[in-house]
Amino acid sequence: MGKNLKLVTDPLNLNNPITVQILGICSALAVTVKLMPAVVMAMSVTVVLAFSNVIISLLRNTIPSRIRIIVQLVVIAALVIIVDQILKAYVFDISKQLSVFVGLIITNCILMGRLEAFALGNKPFPSFLDGIGNGAGYAIILILVSAIREFFGSGSLAGFKIIPQSFYDFGYSDNGLIILPPMALIIVGVIIWIQRSRTRELIED
Amino acid sequence: MKLNTNSNLYTFIYASVLVIVVAAALAFTAVKLKPMQDKNIRVEKMQNILKSINVHANFDNAEDLYKSHITNVFAVNSKGEKLTDVKAFDINLRFQIQKKIDKRILPVYEALADDGSKKIIIPLRGKGLWGPIWGYFALNDDYNTIYGAVFDDKGETPGLGAEIATTWFQKQFVGKTLFDGKKFVSITLYKGGKGSAEKAGDTEHGVDAISGGTITSKGLEKMVKADWLFAYKNFLAKNKK
Repeated sequence: MGKNLKLVTDPLNLNNPITVQILGICSALAVTVKLMPAVVMAMSVTVVLAFSNVIISLLRNTIPSRIRIIVQLVVIAALVIIVDQILKAYVFDISKQLSVFVGLIITNCILMGRLEAFALGNKPFPSFLDGIGNGAGYAIILILVSAIREFFGSGSLAGFKIIPQSFYDFGYSDNGLIILPPMALIIVGVIIWIQRSRTRELIED
Repeated sequence: MKLNTNSNLYTFIYASVLVIVVAAALAFTAVKLKPMQDKNIRVEKMQNILKSINVHANFDNAEDLYKSHITNVFAVNSKGEKLTDVKAFDINLRFQIQKKIDKRILPVYEALADDGSKKIIIPLRGKGLWGPIWGYFALNDDYNTIYGAVFDDKGETPGLGAEIATTWFQKQFVGKTLFDGKKFVSITLYKGGKGSAEKAGDTEHGVDAISGGTITSKGLEKMVKADWLFAYKNFLAKNKK
């Protein structure tokens, strides 16, 4: 049980896919301008990751090793297309904002990385937990970055105005730079810095 | 007997079965979700049409607002003659733009703005840099002055070409006229940043293009000129006041 729990909790901090494994940075920069799309993106990645981990783990003894990367890609691509179709049907607005990035989950390095590193060698249930854990680790960073960017960039959170109008009347203005991708990278960098300085295990010689 | 998962035959069979299963699963989802996706697209179209006359509808009230504001939908041909027996709302502009101008069936919407005045809404369709762009011009009752404009795109570059979908760009079109005397000139986009249309001395028919979005801007200009809007020339000229 302790081992299984570790599969979920490790990626949240010590083995975070974004800040420690440095996987999935590209989408972390692209979809973190606003909180809502980031949440939907994180959920989509978690779902796809958990299920593709389970499917690949179930198939792991039957997959011909010569075409295993192709098999992994087919499974990921199919799940992503299904998620994309569901988003289009139920949350049309957000699916429009995410546009190509949902499709690009297929190329998200976290997915292939976890399938190769974990699902191919482990049983379905641990693989499922590994998927959930890594998805959640990805989600934490995405939500953190997007909350910071939406708050300072648009003065709101999840679409609700947080900074009152009186501030703007006094001459406060939203920071336009923080909306642009470079600032996302800098925020991720700052998060990595804080995380490393506080976590003994991550400090390298 | 242990199966040899590395034999050629096994690999081929495995790959074939996998793709068939996946294809079936995808086809099933696509068919199941199609009606809801179609409805979303219809509602979005209504929202866009309403936006051109400054009515901002959300997902839930779009259909009601559409019913109360849009008074008539019909189609015309390039000669400006009204066509009967056409479901104008369902005309897919994607197929119309591929036809020669005199073969096109062109939808027109008549609407009432919030102040009760009559507006004519013309749908637009064109090509951007990465994919299609589209939009709506709402004209005043003179069939000449632009009352409102909306544009949208499938996948233009965010921050550059995709700026056509922003308010600052669309606001520029308000008050511009399509005709210069009797001549149909439509709208010209001027390169060179803010104020370039003014510098060129074209305040009647000119707007500023988007810096860094040259190809999208050119595509948009073609859309409001020869590629698309010119097909409506005769219809507009006939009714012009």
